[in-house]
Amino acid sequence: MDGEVGTVPGGEAAAADAQEDAQENARAAARSAAVRDGVGVGLAVGLSGLAFGAAAVTAGLSVAQSLVLSLLAFTGASQFALIGVIGGGGGLVAGSLGAILLGGRNALYGLRLARTLDVRGWRRLLTAQVVIDETLAVATAQPGRAAARAGFVATAIPLYLTWNLCTWLGAAGAARLGDPEAVGLDVLGPAVFLALLWPRLTAGRTEMRVAAGAAVIAIGATPLLPTGVPVMLAAAAALPALVTRGEGR
Amino acid sequence: MSVWIAILATAAGCYALKLAGLVAPQRVLADPRVRRFTDVVPVALLTALVAVQAVADGRALEVDGARLAGLGAAVAALVLRAPFLVVLAAAAGVTAGLRFAGA
Repeated sequence: MDGEVGTVPGGEAAAADAQEDAQENARAAARSAAVRDGVGVGLAVGLSGLAFGAAAVTAGLSVAQSLVLSLLAFTGASQFALIGVIGGGGGLVAGSLGAILLGGRNALYGLRLARTLDVRGWRRLLTAQVVIDETLAVATAQPGRAAARAGFVATAIPLYLTWNLCTWLGAAGAARLGDPEAVGLDVLGPAVFLALLWPRLTAGRTEMRVAAGAAVIAIGATPLLPTGVPVMLAAAAALPALVTRGEGR
Repeated sequence: MSVWIAILATAAGCYALKLAGLVAPQRVLADPRVRRFTDVVPVALLTALVAVQAVADGRALEVDGARLAGLGAAVAALVLRAPFLVVLAAAAGVTAGLRFAGA
């Protein structure tokens, strides 16, 4: 909260000091609250790396491939999308393109966060890797820039470590398991998407319309087109947002 | 080997997009239509993924009762505002339970 202090009447330096102390305390409290939020989200979501690792091996990736995908791509929805296409026996080109398209939202997050984070040079190259759903959510929920930066970092580090460790554990565990479908691991991919989608889906009517259109396009195109292509095609359901004038919101 | 190429290409593309956002000029966001479009694209893609993975196996449409019931359990958990991991556990638990029971 870097607001104005207001005009302090001359001679009341003590009052001004007290006010400054109070503001400093409030800023410190906001920062530590942001760190608590961030670590909590980072650990909880990172644990779902178990689900990714297990699902990746179920889809036919090796343990090493699962881990490299988590380390380098590090954006859950895209990773699940790629292994979903691979598991369905679809084309790798369509699978990769769909996954990358899905990662397009991270570019928007970067736009939103660029001014807040204000990183340059090699720090910017490093920071870019952790600009994802969860870090954006925590950073933008904080009051003020210092708390937002603290929340971003506090989410990013535990999330990166836990996500990759859990991917490895999940992949290695599933590789040893007999039939992954028997323990219901095939439902984890769509369940993760559903959970990520839920807050947006319940946000408004436009979202519901887009979602319904996307589901119809994707299912209708599935028997006709190579696996992975129907999902990319479903992005067309978002096109009306480009032409309609902003109603509400 | 080509799976490795797909993995590396996906990783490179995803990283490039993340970096693009940080280095792009801020005025890109000035057009409200661009903002709205970019708001709803993830909704379309995620819904499509849920739909396809729920009722398709490759290019064949199939109804797998246990898998759909698992997704139903996930929806119930989300409606009840359960934490992320509880949602996943409910989905896998219901699907596994039904398959074990021979559904």
